Amino acid sequence: MERSRLIREMEGIVGAEGVVHEHEQLRTYECDGLMNYRVIPNLVVLPETGDHVQKVVKLCYDEGIPFVARGSGTGLSGGALPVESGVLIVLSRMRKILEVDIPNQRIVVEPGVVNIWVSQEVADEGYYYAPDPASQIVSSIGGNLAENSGGVHCLKYGFTTNHVMGAEVVLPDGSVTHIGGGRAPDAPGYDLLGAFVGSEGTLGIATRITLRLCRVPEAVRTLLAGFEDTEGAGGTVSGIIGEGIIPAAIEMMDRLTMEAVEAAVHPGLPDAGAVLVIELDGPEAEVEEQFGRVLEICEENEATEIRVAEDDEERALFWKARKAAFGAMGRIANDYYVQDGVIPRTELPAVLGRISELAGEYGLRVANVFHAGDGNLHPLVLYNNETEGEAERAEKLAGEIVFACLEHGGSLTGEHGIGEDKKKYMPRMFTDDDMNVMQLLRCAFDPHQISNPGKIFPTPRLCGERPGPFHMHPLQKAGIVEQF
Amino acid sequence: MQTEKGLAEDLRRIVGPDNVHEATEEDAVEGVEPDFVVEPGSVQEISDVMKLAASEGLAVAPRGSGTKTHIGDPPRRLDLIVSTARLNEVLEHTPGDQIVRLEAGVKLEDLQEHVSGSDQMLAIDPPESGATIGGIVAANSSGPRRYRYGTIRDLIIGITVVLQDGTVAKAGGKVVKNVAGYDLSKLYTGSLGTLGIIANANFRLHPRPEAARTVAVEVAGPQQAQAAAQAIVHSQIEATAVELHYGEDEKRLKVLLESIPGGIDAKTETAFFLLKQFGEVRTLSDEEADHPGHLTTAEVVLKIGAPPADLAAVLESVFGAAERKGFGHPRITGHAGSGVTLVGFSGESEAGAAGFVEEMREIWVRRGGSVTLQRAPLTLKQRVSTWDNGGDYLGLIRRVKEKFDPRGGMNPGRFLGGN
Repeated sequence: MERSRLIREMEGIVGAEGVVHEHEQLRTYECDGLMNYRVIPNLVVLPETGDHVQKVVKLCYDEGIPFVARGSGTGLSGGALPVESGVLIVLSRMRKILEVDIPNQRIVVEPGVVNIWVSQEVADEGYYYAPDPASQIVSSIGGNLAENSGGVHCLKYGFTTNHVMGAEVVLPDGSVTHIGGGRAPDAPGYDLLGAFVGSEGTLGIATRITLRLCRVPEAVRTLLAGFEDTEGAGGTVSGIIGEGIIPAAIEMMDRLTMEAVEAAVHPGLPDAGAVLVIELDGPEAEVEEQFGRVLEICEENEATEIRVAEDDEERALFWKARKAAFGAMGRIANDYYVQDGVIPRTELPAVLGRISELAGEYGLRVANVFHAGDGNLHPLVLYNNETEGEAERAEKLAGEIVFACLEHGGSLTGEHGIGEDKKKYMPRMFTDDDMNVMQLLRCAFDPHQISNPGKIFPTPRLCGERPGPFHMHPLQKAGIVEQF
Repeated sequence: MQTEKGLAEDLRRIVGPDNVHEATEEDAVEGVEPDFVVEPGSVQEISDVMKLAASEGLAVAPRGSGTKTHIGDPPRRLDLIVSTARLNEVLEHTPGDQIVRLEAGVKLEDLQEHVSGSDQMLAIDPPESGATIGGIVAANSSGPRRYRYGTIRDLIIGITVVLQDGTVAKAGGKVVKNVAGYDLSKLYTGSLGTLGIIANANFRLHPRPEAARTVAVEVAGPQQAQAAAQAIVHSQIEATAVELHYGEDEKRLKVLLESIPGGIDAKTETAFFLLKQFGEVRTLSDEEADHPGHLTTAEVVLKIGAPPADLAAVLESVFGAAERKGFGHPRITGHAGSGVTLVGFSGESEAGAAGFVEEMREIWVRRGGSVTLQRAPLTLKQRVSTWDNGGDYLGLIRRVKEKFDPRGGMNPGRFLGGN
């Protein structure tokens, strides 16, 4: 279809103000939170309703046009990177909270609703939404669902996938389906919702999402403890877990990270080699006793300083320090690359040692921030883009770090996703058969591979449909997939 | 297709002569008797068996301990049972990481025993004893603790499966937090052997609670049962289970509380405070607390999934329909905090039972819930399917089945939509 006609047809669906087609405006959407990949989409469409999304996707399907869904664009793996020949469907106008059902502890929202709004909506009722990615003041529920976002509190409360209970989904052929029980448990059939959450926009677009709400805990206690080095901090983490305590959160920052955070938000962090932020929540009596035990464990591991949050304000300050970590890197480096890897918790000392070794080899600084409770590392590789070859070196080092995670039994990503950025690494974690079987799922949902094509898998496969030699698949033409 | 004898020879060549058995009546699945039961000793052997099955066009049913073969419609056909009985090794348990990697044939009790030395547990408590991990995953089996810990989908972190053509594939891994690739562990959870054979599965573990107590309230009727459950659910007590036992002679809501020794009294006190307005409250003895309810002997067990705040309506609909059908007294065990109600009855006419199931479906499927036969005589299943019609996702279920099992050889006919 000619571009001008496509624009007209899209305008017919979402209105003229819902279609972006001027080159300069399109540039706004050329990347998500990962800025080293940029592609200007053919067209951006901003639907306002599920019905709009359905019609837009149907048009794409009928015309064989690939599309990419995007929420707030905060993703860090290039998952919402546009396809040059495709349509970018931006869901940020779909921001309605549709239904609050406190008796069943559910809330139904549109995909563009910002994560933190959910908790704000139900705070007066004593409820909140547990998954809390650091981006939560910006990132959208639809994006969280696509990425299966984590956050600092997922050690105790689980990830997005444990909190999404149902979704209305526009499938890549433009049909609408409802997966997951929503308010009712155990919908019969395959767990399509479980497969859909975390599929990085490759299986369709969620247009109505039912979330589980959690009761605000009776008591919350938070402390910040400084240690000589990461070893003492790591020992504390192991000690706490070993006692059978599941904290709501345990976060670690190393010296370099603290330096940046201090410069950026001045939280008055202790002068230490590593710091832990530990939070316990639950029934009062339980929390009090376990918190006492956590303090002892910190001391046993020779904490140099322990600060207990006296009130909500001080707690907020501790968390502000932690959540500011990524952004704060700008204070100590021109550029930085955020890595996201996972290791078994017990491998922490070995992997930290390896990271420091690698940093030395590459002559670059690496700041470390972890969700220490669940072994999710966020090494931040600092570099200067102005220096010839340094960006490439930084990316290579970040890659080496994630390979070290794999060697120690971990994963390529804990919460940022594979997206565009890490698909080349997938063969290091999965065999061809593993990936081919995963793609069977893709073929069931999206046989023509038009929903966020080219992401996650290094070699997308066509789904048993072999167009004749004179009838090349549009994605082959665009060089996105190859036939095999 | 070769002769039965030739097939037995080929199977023996793969798994060894002692591990192929001619099937007996006891191996029948809902009245359909297979030819052979084969017990592979490795993932590779499963793969080779599946390749053979594919080339011979055999219909295959995976089996663990066979504790849940009553779930699902009768298979359209069945030639071969692939048993995971010999795949019973705990591959890895790292207490510091709170994870375990298992072969599918490991029995839950054996696993719990294995990890109890580290004061850990797999936080799942399905009703069947002797069930294997593979079976629990395949049937998405759950128990009272699901209220706090979720179901097996929330605990599984990695899986290795063998597809109908022998392809071996894994997804996930052995770390709790992991978003690399599609989450096939969840897709296989509850797939009832229709997408392939689960060979290995990895799970996150939880610390074993140090102290436990069960507090119960005797309620007068459905409204009080719901109100009592809601009182617990909306409190900050962090209960582990909220169970309803409801019948003619017993109307009891049980709340399982777990904590540390220093925290259990306060929790108990809170529970008493929350529940006393709904009836007589007391702490149960261990025996009463562990009582699974009265459904184990019921001929027919129906599972209703409905919003938890509709509990009273569920109970009223069950007893209303039972009365209209002239039933005796159905018995109920429910995971009241999670919206799961299990209804059991015996000795009713097939027409009456079928009508009852249909009426429940009429009410609860329309309201967004589900009604599934957990257990029923074959003759009843010939009148009503195990499954309701599902929702508008049925087409997608079919497409998934077609992709993973294009020749339709995996447990054909047992699942939702005839898949």
